Amino acid sequence: MRRAPAYAAAVALFALTFALAGSLTAHERGIPAAEIRSGKTFLSRNLQADQDDPAANLGLLWVDQGAELWRTPAGTEGKSCGTCHGEPAAMKGVATRYPAFDAALGRLMNLETRIQNCRTTHQSGAPSLAYESQELLALTTLVTYQSRGLPMSVAIDGPAQEAFARGEQRFHRPQGQLGISCAQCHVENWGKRMRGDTVSQGYATGFPAYRLEWETLGSSHRRLRACFNGVRAEPFPPGSPEFIELELYLAWRADRLPIETPALRR
Amino acid sequence: MQSALTRRTVVGGLVAIAVAPLSTSAAFATPETMSDAMRQELGPDARPQAGRIKITLPELAENANAVSMRIAVDSPMTAQDHVKDILVFSEKNPVPTVARFHLGPRSGQARVQTNIRLAGSQTITVVARMSDASLWIASADVIVTQGACFDGT
Amino acid sequence: MARPTRILVPKTAKKGEVIEIKTIINHHMETGFRRDDVGRVIPRDIITRFRCTFGGEVVFAMELFTGIAANPFIAFTTVATESGELAFEWEDQNGEVTRATATISVA
Ligand code: HEC
Ligand code: HEC
Repeated sequence: MRRAPAYAAAVALFALTFALAGSLTAHERGIPAAEIRSGKTFLSRNLQADQDDPAANLGLLWVDQGAELWRTPAGTEGKSCGTCHGEPAAMKGVATRYPAFDAALGRLMNLETRIQNCRTTHQSGAPSLAYESQELLALTTLVTYQSRGLPMSVAIDGPAQEAFARGEQRFHRPQGQLGISCAQCHVENWGKRMRGDTVSQGYATGFPAYRLEWETLGSSHRRLRACFNGVRAEPFPPGSPEFIELELYLAWRADRLPIETPALRR
Repeated sequence: MQSALTRRTVVGGLVAIAVAPLSTSAAFATPETMSDAMRQELGPDARPQAGRIKITLPELAENANAVSMRIAVDSPMTAQDHVKDILVFSEKNPVPTVARFHLGPRSGQARVQTNIRLAGSQTITVVARMSDASLWIASADVIVTQGACFDGT
Repeated sequence: MARPTRILVPKTAKKGEVIEIKTIINHHMETGFRRDDVGRVIPRDIITRFRCTFGGEVVFAMELFTGIAANPFIAFTTVATESGELAFEWEDQNGEVTRATATISVA
């Protein structure tokens, strides 16, 4: 293994708790279906209870904010999201299908970029919604919340195939100066303690999620950035095709886990 | 918590004790600044008695930014005999007074809950002031661990 | 846009019953001890007071400091006396107040 001595201490930390990975064949989840567990199950009982409590789950504040934005007219024609889509409840099930390939645009879209696109093409004249802005987080959380409890079911065949394959590769490739892949932590070593954390199986079914570490709600791409930083790899920008491809792979890996958004996380 | 990590193994160095996310620059409270704050709140001659207060804090906090804290004080909460104030003090936070709760007979029970920030592992002290002006005191220790994902995000 | 708040109060209660009330509000509770990316101190910006009244009478109050976590969660109890409206007020350090209400029916 070629690792700079400067990182010896950090590597030792991993070596202490982690056995190094073997390789995986393509299109295998690596975790038997019976053992697939949501990130929630790795939290303390306190935090799990708070996630289910409508007055303690801080992420729900963004659902409320999203509902207000949903009915606020924007742009030169004064259309709100509700003008075209009706009540937010009409979005039930939508989040389970994302990321999804958009044939007309010829690219893979996650919910955030889908909503950004609605804003720019269907509410022209309104200010665009920046990735990770409070507005986009609130709308994404509102839309995803409509599918709470529903199982993920993304399409990985047809036009999504190539994007999926790239996401899958990225998940299994050693990253960063520590040379550790996503799979080494989230497939090979889930359930193990890393400092104050327990490593989960690495699904994004709770996002946007409220993290205590952030003291606010953030997107799945913000979470991915933390994991990239963790292995001293340069993260892709939020909303980038690379992150959306990874997100698609994560959604498929989650098999039929239900959406928990907005989840609480450490 | 998930695994059967005991307090002893934690202290034994397996888990890094948190670097406080609250501040890098401000002078942290010391036990002396906490006792100053307590004297200011309670009066120079205050002699709180131990007891009557139950503090529920995790032994090992998941994250220093939001630690769930429940406080219950043993009191009938009648017009004649009730808790008036519950005061919370930190020995390490830059501001030693963390919260003041004001209750009365309308509360029915002396039971409150909130989420607090902790600048590192420490002892939290709670004082209850009763309607007869008597003071009661209790404390609880919390160990703060550092998350694994090293963030900066 | 108003600050989002959430309140959980039982819809109904028996007279004399002690009920638990839980509240959250969207507020970053900036401590004034942190610095931004270029080293400037981020000014303190916190909620300093919370109170709950019923029929104009204060049922519960709290003073908050920088040691209260972002998006403050506050839970407390009260005795259900009669049907009516509970009023909640959060006041920040500049005196700006966020208000919310919840109704309870007491039998
Ligand atoms: C050094 C180990 C490590 C590596 C490598 C790593 N992560 Fe993580 N990851 C963590 C830890 C620790 C957490 C926080 C605890 C948890 O939920 O697993 C986390 C959380 C996550 C979560 C959120 C899970 C949830 O339910 O909240 C996702 C999604 C995730 N990682 C994806 C990835 C992806 C994709 C990669 C590769 C780019 C990756 N991780 C690489 C350690 C790692
Ligand atoms: C003028 C009508 C219009 C407005 C306003 C509008 N949308 Fe859309 N939306 C559409 C159309 C049409 C589609 C189908 C994809 C496309 O052609 O862009 C769509 C697709 C979507 C989808 C994906 C649905 C799916 O089944 O895949 C989401 C989510 C969405 N919009 C959210 C929003 C949000 C949030 C807003 C407000 C910020 C909004 N939309 C505003 C017309 C609109």
